[in-house]
Amino acid sequence: MSVFPYLMAGWILLVGIYGLATSRNLIQAVGCLSVAQSATYVLLLAVGYRRGATAPVFSDLPVGAPVVDPVVQALALTDVVVGATVTAVLLALVIQLRKRHGTVDPERLTGLRG
Amino acid sequence: MSRRARLLLLAAAGLVVAGFFAAACLRLPAFGAAVHPYGERAVAAALGQRTANTVSSVNFDQRAFDTLGEESILYASVLSAVLLLRLARDERKHEPRPAPVLPSTRLFGAVLLPVTLLTGGYVVAHGQLSPGGGFQGGVVLASGLHLAYVAADYRALGRVRPLAVLDVADALAAGAFSVLGLVGLVAGAAFLQNTLPLGTFNTLASGGLVPVVNAVVGVEVASGVIVLLAQFLDQAVEVVER
Amino acid sequence: MPDTARLLPLAVAVPLLGSVLLAVAGHRLPRLGTDVLAAFCAAASLGCLVLLWVRTGDGRAVSWVGGWGPPGGAPARGAQSVGIVLVADRLGLGLALLAAALVLAVVAYAWRYFEEPVGGHAGVFPALLLLFHAGMCGFALTGDLFDAFVFFELMGACAYALTGYRIEDPRPLHGALTFGIVNSLAAYASLLGIGLLYARTGQLGLAQLGQALDTRPPDLLVVCAFVLVLAGPLVKAAAAPFHFWLPDAHAVAPSPVCMLLSGVMVELGVYGVARIYWVVFAGPGGIPHPAFRSVLLVLGTLTALLGAVMCWQQRHLKRLLAFSTVGHVGLFLVGVALLDPAALAGTAVYVASHAGAKAALFGLCGLLLDRYGSVDEHGLHGRARELVLPGLLFAVGGFALAGLPPFGTGLGKALGEEAAGRQLPFLLPALYVLVSAVTGGAVLRAALRVFAGAGPAPVDRPGEPETSGEGEEPEVRGPGRRLPVPLVAVPAVLLLCSLLVGCVPAVGARLAEAARLFTDRAGYLAAAYQAPPAPAAPVPPAGWTAAGVLLGLLSAALATGLALLAVHPLHRGLGAALNRRLVLPLRRLHSGLLGDYVTWLVVGLAGLLVAFAAQR
Repeated sequence: MSVFPYLMAGWILLVGIYGLATSRNLIQAVGCLSVAQSATYVLLLAVGYRRGATAPVFSDLPVGAPVVDPVVQALALTDVVVGATVTAVLLALVIQLRKRHGTVDPERLTGLRG
Repeated sequence: MSRRARLLLLAAAGLVVAGFFAAACLRLPAFGAAVHPYGERAVAAALGQRTANTVSSVNFDQRAFDTLGEESILYASVLSAVLLLRLARDERKHEPRPAPVLPSTRLFGAVLLPVTLLTGGYVVAHGQLSPGGGFQGGVVLASGLHLAYVAADYRALGRVRPLAVLDVADALAAGAFSVLGLVGLVAGAAFLQNTLPLGTFNTLASGGLVPVVNAVVGVEVASGVIVLLAQFLDQAVEVVER
Repeated sequence: MPDTARLLPLAVAVPLLGSVLLAVAGHRLPRLGTDVLAAFCAAASLGCLVLLWVRTGDGRAVSWVGGWGPPGGAPARGAQSVGIVLVADRLGLGLALLAAALVLAVVAYAWRYFEEPVGGHAGVFPALLLLFHAGMCGFALTGDLFDAFVFFELMGACAYALTGYRIEDPRPLHGALTFGIVNSLAAYASLLGIGLLYARTGQLGLAQLGQALDTRPPDLLVVCAFVLVLAGPLVKAAAAPFHFWLPDAHAVAPSPVCMLLSGVMVELGVYGVARIYWVVFAGPGGIPHPAFRSVLLVLGTLTALLGAVMCWQQRHLKRLLAFSTVGHVGLFLVGVALLDPAALAGTAVYVASHAGAKAALFGLCGLLLDRYGSVDEHGLHGRARELVLPGLLFAVGGFALAGLPPFGTGLGKALGEEAAGRQLPFLLPALYVLVSAVTGGAVLRAALRVFAGAGPAPVDRPGEPETSGEGEEPEVRGPGRRLPVPLVAVPAVLLLCSLLVGCVPAVGARLAEAARLFTDRAGYLAAAYQAPPAPAAPVPPAGWTAAGVLLGLLSAALATGLALLAVHPLHRGLGAALNRRLVLPLRRLHSGLLGDYVTWLVVGLAGLLVAFAAQR
């Protein structure tokens, strides 16, 4: 089952997308976006995994010890920060939208069409 | 589109995407394989720069330009939250009332607040040595401060949270990252080049530019997250319709 | 003075520092001080890019950030670098330069535009503009795929907030949220694609990835990674069916922000598609040229037709302009899809000139909002007769969109038509003429109605899905004041620039050189490591031809005819059946519902996957 972790990433993406497409609550929708984003963490970390290796920190490891790929960890860290901050902007928009529209149901926002 | 039509369309398209993604995964190198060319190069480069935590070396030295962009996103979203959650024309602020707190909660907060802040500071300072760094420590610092809200009330949080100072600190730290980049240029090297003395491996002063950028990021994340949360908390606690 | 290459990161650092300066000093200065400081920072950034443009010349400047170049400085070992490379050529730098010029125009336009911000938030708006600019520069100059994702997200985060700037009005918040969620989702799809490529090759640099892919024949993994990576740029470029967010966001963003979104951000999406394909996937290990050409041609044609049809249907002026952007982006995608330096040169000229014309038109819409609190073509019928000069400028903008010679849009269109005609005679040139005539005609129709009161007052069509432009929150307070000079002067200057792009032969010549360089894949791969040989392909032509002028005049005449027909009483009932059968269902698809837009995104991805896999 060595392909299972990769498939998991695809599954998480699709679950997040399903949530986004069917959600009736914008806060939940922003949460679903974060779920979809988690797929990228899973894929990146799975790609960098090496069997029998440990964390790539050499303060208490002999130089030359097998470690997992530090690059994908750095990418995932960047990705986490990007995701968290974009989520903050989107939630700020939802808060103001709730005040002006009186609803957080995306199906009831019909001001822009045609 | 009716909801039913949307679901059918989504299911059909989702199946196609899932099929292709699975086919792609089957062609990836096996999970846990030993070959990671970039990773091995990055580890060698990190050790060459005397940085024990190779993830920090990638983030703050080898691919520091990514982190510059990422810090700018954090900074942009703090500005965005300030802009979007400003007082609308039909809103005003009201003074939050003091709230009763259980003595045990108060004690819990009073003990934990300094411990959390110390932990956060430690995680930032040891970013080049042990797991952690500016982001992780910064978030610990920022959320630790909000123990004051849990253990006392919103006014107590206001007293330990000098927003005007933190606002400027966030901006200056964001700017300092670019300035550190320019230092490399002025020194006749490349932008963001690690031109500082590298120190001794596995000590606090090792890694050259890494601990400096790490500290700058720590300041930016801690102050940025506090300012960001302040905008949201204000909406929940203070802002009412006129 | 250090060499140009090492100065490249300044394109990002200067606007970043400017935004810090504005955020810190903005609310401590008087209003005038903030405006002056913003103009200074934007000008400094523009100056920096002009310097880089001049010094880079017709070649490439390559900069390894942090000095992490090939180990030992041996160029041949470029694939062993651990750093991020910036690669600037005339197209990348040109887009950064265009962004800088538009930011400066926006800062000048927004001089005293917004009401006094409450609670000491002056400076935040221009600070976000500069951060947005830094994001666009980073995206245009980077030679690293993950770095491109980071700057893509920086552009996004700023753009979402700027779109939702008017928090008192519900519609901007709705548009900004849709914009944010759809774009972010696409960006995460791109990142998944980057993850797949990294797993296969162990590289992140564009050139390094391209070289590594070329070592083995392409398989489904490459197809899947290609489509996922393109998701982000295609959504940003608003290619159908990824375009739904664009009219919603552009219709409601403050007019100065629309100038940037429509003028350069959307075009950066097209640039991303072209850059990623040419460097990473155009080799033997990527996607074959015929497959890319046919799929993108279909995508571009679909986008162009849809944009034109929907543009004609709008009464909300900013939404009308937004759909005309969709139509033109379709043409840009066609220009990229042809994989021909000549078509690319035409597209570059087209983009530069389109930015000026479109930004000017959005600026004039802002003027209408300022005067009348409305951008509704029906509601404003005949009300703006007093605005003679703005009315004339609006009409000139319409002719520019229609591609009237000697506007740069006309030149870009002519070059595109000529190159397209060589690959698919009649059909593709007809597409160019049709789309520019319909979008230009829609603008002229609006100009006739709003500024001249031509024809009978249009009747409302109750029951049809449409967005009216009435009841907008004015972007400024106190409509009784005198007309601010920048609201007219900036659009006038922008239109003049759009004209100059077509009249100054040097612009076309430089962009033709740029297009030749852009399509020289071997050169890019080599440049990331060492000094490359000069490209072997000939420089494509970039001047006016008789056929080009005639086709430009044809589409301008068609646009005028369409506009006159639309305001003529005879027009009533004409094509009603067609409208009901074809156009109405299309308009219903633009429902404004987030769930629908996400579904279309997945449908688009699935379609692209099938299309590319079938032609492998």
